[in-house]
Amino acid sequence: MSGFPALTSGHRPVGVVSFAQHDNVRRDGEHNDVEMLLPVIAEVFGNVGITKDDVGFICSGSTDYLVGGPFSFVGALDAVGVWPPRAESHVEMDGAWALYEAWVLLQEGEIDSALVYSFGRSSPGNLSEILALQLDPYYMAPLWPDPCSLAALQAQALIDTGRASEADFAAVAARARRSALGNPKAQLAYDRSPEELLREDYEVAPLRRHALPPLTDGCAAIVLAAGDRAYELCERPAFITGIDHRVETHALGARDLTRSASTTLAGQKAGVGKAGVDVAELHAPFAHQELILVDALGLADDVEVSPSGGALAANPIMSAGLIRIGEASTRIWSGLADRAVAHATSGPCLQQNLVCVLEGV
Amino acid sequence: MSEPVTMMAAPMRLDYVFTPGVAQGKNMHGLERGVFIGQRCPKCKKVYTLSRGSCPTDGVPTDEIVELSNTGTVTTYCVVNVPFAGQSIELPYICAQILLDGANLSFMGLIQEIPAGEIRMGLRVEAVWVPPDELGPTMASVKYFRPNGEPDAAFETYKEYL
Amino acid sequence: MSERCAVIGIGQTVAKSKREDVSIAGLVREAVVMAVEDAGLTFADIDAVVVGKAPDMFEGVMMPELYLAGALGAVGKPMMRVHTAGSVGGSTAIVASHLVASGIHDRVLTVAFEKQSDSDAMWALSVPQPFSSPLLAGAGGYFAPIIRAYMHRSGAPRDVGMKVAVKDRLHALKNPYAHLHLPDISLQMVEDSIMLWDPLHYLESCPSSDGAAAMVIGSERAAAQAETDTGRRPAWIHGMAMRSEPTMFAGRDQVNPQAGRDCAADLYRQAGISDPRADFDMAEVYVPFSWYEPMWLENLGFCAEGDGWKLTEAGATSLIDGGDIPWNCSGGVLSSNPIGASGMLRFLETALQIRGEAGEHQVPDARRALGQAYGGGSQFFSMWVVAVDKP
Repeated sequence: MSGFPALTSGHRPVGVVSFAQHDNVRRDGEHNDVEMLLPVIAEVFGNVGITKDDVGFICSGSTDYLVGGPFSFVGALDAVGVWPPRAESHVEMDGAWALYEAWVLLQEGEIDSALVYSFGRSSPGNLSEILALQLDPYYMAPLWPDPCSLAALQAQALIDTGRASEADFAAVAARARRSALGNPKAQLAYDRSPEELLREDYEVAPLRRHALPPLTDGCAAIVLAAGDRAYELCERPAFITGIDHRVETHALGARDLTRSASTTLAGQKAGVGKAGVDVAELHAPFAHQELILVDALGLADDVEVSPSGGALAANPIMSAGLIRIGEASTRIWSGLADRAVAHATSGPCLQQNLVCVLEGV
Repeated sequence: MSEPVTMMAAPMRLDYVFTPGVAQGKNMHGLERGVFIGQRCPKCKKVYTLSRGSCPTDGVPTDEIVELSNTGTVTTYCVVNVPFAGQSIELPYICAQILLDGANLSFMGLIQEIPAGEIRMGLRVEAVWVPPDELGPTMASVKYFRPNGEPDAAFETYKEYL
Repeated sequence: MSERCAVIGIGQTVAKSKREDVSIAGLVREAVVMAVEDAGLTFADIDAVVVGKAPDMFEGVMMPELYLAGALGAVGKPMMRVHTAGSVGGSTAIVASHLVASGIHDRVLTVAFEKQSDSDAMWALSVPQPFSSPLLAGAGGYFAPIIRAYMHRSGAPRDVGMKVAVKDRLHALKNPYAHLHLPDISLQMVEDSIMLWDPLHYLESCPSSDGAAAMVIGSERAAAQAETDTGRRPAWIHGMAMRSEPTMFAGRDQVNPQAGRDCAADLYRQAGISDPRADFDMAEVYVPFSWYEPMWLENLGFCAEGDGWKLTEAGATSLIDGGDIPWNCSGGVLSSNPIGASGMLRFLETALQIRGEAGEHQVPDARRALGQAYGGGSQFFSMWVVAVDKP
């Protein structure tokens, strides 16, 4: 055992000790949600040699409108098998926030480990229409603005500041998809130059196809463990040394879309800048959003950004944030990184953001 | 002063394509043949009707297929008198939990060919299917359940399935 | 280490079938402003916001907390959205309380709401799904067969449910926030109401309401400050528990679910409760259909299994009859049911009683109270204990 990293006074060391994710695919027409989750849950427990009966808390993240029926999380619980009855909760949010809820509970010391999972499909419905229902129901939703158009507004605003160009977006996308070639779970990976990508047509100007995320079906799971239990389950746990999340106003017109004030604040609270960062897994569904996030977190030029390919390589809705925490953790486990930052986002144009700092000892 | 706006209509329509999955796909192929399919858990050995592919208590895949009987027992029921949007059945109607013979889980079904006043716990029933040329991979293949004339099941035989 | 925490601010809207005078944001704003002011605070003092509600289809807005961030005073703060079916109001309060108990925050605002009139909740619960039975029965159609099973098992007389229906509506007459005020309520009136889902009469079922509930949860330090500033005493949280079990499985006891019993056992261990009927002065328990009072009396250990209806019949749960363990003095879910907020209203009402601020429906000298919420097909439970004394 190698001890624990320095933590904010009073905090208990909690580490990510296991991570599993489904293959990210455009459409899994073979399996239902439970069948997609079953192997992922089995793998996340199997990795560390425990079962559902060994964790003190279970928390999941998902959202009903993806499947067009209420209580989608209820059936998914059958992939875990909560019998005898278990302490369990659910957030209608990306799984990264389910992880946050579990981390909070682990702070109190009553339990030593928790299972976190999330799932979501883009394929059953029209995601552009579904996400329009996330907008102000009186003034925006009735106009059915799609998320790509809203992101394009943000991208255009960023270009107008002079801080980034379409070529920068293409460079982000080219790097992300090239990195994804090394990620067996990635959905969209290729080796194409930014110049080639810039010859694509606009989807929604100024965003070309390469600047958009793929539509993805997927799910993911993580096991958290506290204190000595983390070392029993993992040789080099990815300890959470800071985690925070913040939300901004929903009104796009009231925000500076070219900055992510909530990411900056969450990053400060999580202590991103207290020491150097080796790797950052950023949940940036659109290429230009990565530039905004790197800026908001104050990441130095030498930080490796989203080596998994990030959300541009696979964007399973409701899991893409949790997967960033998982991917960052794998870098700690392998020793490729000592200090990593993981980020998750929710809402139109990066409205809500979570930042998690992970460290190995 | 004009009248305050108290309501606005925002109609929405969303279409979905559902994925039944492997387990439900097998169930549906059974319905297409006029047969109920159950799936047995490899751990607890319980047989689940309308399984979504996992044992709800053990969290493992239920991949052993079992063909179930066409008859079962009403474990409990209610008589529905409330109209609401989307309803397609004439009021009042009987809605019952039916435990098929050979299964370890009941499911909700419609009971007909019996007056509402005569429905009871323990009633033995059989499934009535749509004509063979109308059978399809859907629960709509089962028109309803009706009494099959057998004596009522003893409470002891189904008390664990309430 | 787990830190002490308490309810230090309370706010709720009047529940109505249609709140046409406010938007969704206006509705939640009413409750949160009231809770924050009640704690002697401003929004600047709030560290984080935890929001709960039942399925998004009830309003037709996906993850509505994103749009509500401004109205909730959450901008620049951590905000979470909980959804655990009908137990969500309770679970939401528990998630918020853990943010304080864990030592992370000092003052957390928690709010739950439903504005069902903006969509159609009955429809939302019965959206046809292609792989399930096409038979549509609604929520009552799900629970009525379970109630019949309870009646069969316990041998309870048929009128017990009607007695609960009358008792809770009489309680509601003393609660100005309750949705249903039925001054003429009587056993005859319940019996004469239409039989919706036999054996459930119309008046044995909960209404459909618009409404919101909010609380501020404070640390020991925040509680002391609030008491100094407002003169209102904190309602100390002595225990919180959540339990889930699978929705359907072979041999599941839906009348007296194991998850409820386990949840209560965990809660009572934390709060040092050995005899719930004697140790609690009152309880607010999620009773959306009348018969769930005797069922939960047993599930929560207020009596032996099979005896719940005897407590109801003897008037033990009636504030008006001077019962020793009044249940749902606010009128309960049978009198107000803004679904997502219904569980939080149970928790909130216990805090109101402990602070001695329940007005006409106050239980004299209530020192320790139980709040319970359940959801789904009785597979999700959340509970807490609040008391006058510091834990």
